Amino acid sequence: MATPPPILAVRGLTRTFGATVAVDGLSFSVGPGEVVGLLGPNGAGKSTTIDMILGVLAPTAGTVEIEGLDVGRRRVGALARTNFAAVSSPLPGNLTVAENLRVFGMIYGVPRLGARIEALLEAFDLGRFRDARCGVLSSGEQTRVSLAKAFLNEPRLLLLDEPTASLDPSAARDARARIRARVAGGQTGVLWTSHNMREVEEVCDRVLFLSRGRLLLEGDPRALPAAHGAASLEELFVRVARTPLDLDQESAP
Amino acid sequence: MSARRIAAVVLRQLYLLRGSPARFLPLFAWVAVDVVLWGFITRYLDTVVPARLGLATALLGAVLLWDFMVRVIHGVAMAFLEDVWSRNFLNVFASPLTVGEYAAGLVATSVLTSAVGLAVMVGLAGAVFGLSLLAYGAALAPFLLVLFLTGVAFGVVAAAVVLRHGPAAEWLVWPIPALLSPFAGVFYPVATLPGWMQAVAAALPPSYVFEGMRAVVAGGPVPWGALATGAGLALVWVAAAAAWFVAVHRRVVRTGLLARYSAESVS
Repeated sequence: MATPPPILAVRGLTRTFGATVAVDGLSFSVGPGEVVGLLGPNGAGKSTTIDMILGVLAPTAGTVEIEGLDVGRRRVGALARTNFAAVSSPLPGNLTVAENLRVFGMIYGVPRLGARIEALLEAFDLGRFRDARCGVLSSGEQTRVSLAKAFLNEPRLLLLDEPTASLDPSAARDARARIRARVAGGQTGVLWTSHNMREVEEVCDRVLFLSRGRLLLEGDPRALPAAHGAASLEELFVRVARTPLDLDQESAP
Repeated sequence: MSARRIAAVVLRQLYLLRGSPARFLPLFAWVAVDVVLWGFITRYLDTVVPARLGLATALLGAVLLWDFMVRVIHGVAMAFLEDVWSRNFLNVFASPLTVGEYAAGLVATSVLTSAVGLAVMVGLAGAVFGLSLLAYGAALAPFLLVLFLTGVAFGVVAAAVVLRHGPAAEWLVWPIPALLSPFAGVFYPVATLPGWMQAVAAALPPSYVFEGMRAVVAGGPVPWGALATGAGLALVWVAAAAAWFVAVHRRVVRTGLLARYSAESVS
């Protein structure tokens, strides 16, 4: 059976800031029905990569395609198929939950928006906060609102930047289940950044380890630690963070 | 252009206005104060200069028209600053919303907010000081159109300045009308100005409006040719401002400032 075309295709992505190379020739893809973890220590280039995928930062070189649409040249079409939730970018705190969902639902061209908002309020247990301003919600509640916004347009590509960082264990489990359910339909691909390695092992089908802007390791999060002599994904993460050059040589052909 | 996406930008602003007296009141409070202040000044001046000069229509009318333009500038700029203040750039610019649709939404918001200010000013000036803008006759429509277009242009310029230089550049937005007013001949004929200031005035569409207003108040014919020049210039200003905003947006995406906006600089 032919492999379905990727939902996200990143090729030779590079970004420099002056003499600093933040992302260095990064290439990877995310397929339909796949959850890919983008891992790496602070400053590895994860946020810069996500910014370029979202079109708010121009690459120095390379391309990003979402369902075959180049983000640089066919931005509207590409981003209409995408959505994201990031702890660093909460929705405006001076609008209510329902107002935010309505505004962004219109921006993403969501059909039958009223019914969609109701469904998401229920799905993310936000019904009682419908008329509350987002700024007065707890950080966990705000994260759930961001996730609801990210699901508004039933995106083909979902970018999640530490989506469960502010959630209590119960809410985090619900959120992971909801995301997995969305992916199980086979229409959506997810790029997930997290520093919670147990969560990554549970959720991700594949992980990409970045270090100093380069892709250092790639593989199944459950098999990768053993393949590199680490007891767990967390231990492998620590090694990537502390001695990326060793792993670089190890993974070289 | 998607009308629905433009409507979303407007709706966001309407939600903010609906829930915040601190935002709604300034739409008309300061212009109302201006009308009252200048209304009494003209009432006093009417007692010491010959009535045939039509001071009320000239001075108070000038204040009213100028304040309308200022409201348009601030309407566009304020709508943009709401996204700066709420750190909403990533949500807005990482969506299918285009820069053109975003700017159109800001302008459409300004149409609504400036209309509120204009209605209050016209009502107050008419009820308390007996000034009717209808005294300008058929010229009123081009007066308002030229000032509206100029307000849009400078509002977009203000937004581009803040986008380019970061949140701290907000202070550059508010003095823009004060910088323009000496050149625009709001209260005096442009001929009063020295040569270099007249040259600047010739490039500013409002100067054609206020010259035209004084001509009409003096009983002369409406200077349609000059108003057409003013309208043409205003369209050039709008086009230039829009092009600059798009160029600034491209630049902040290229440099990385948009993604790191709170840093104000990525160098």
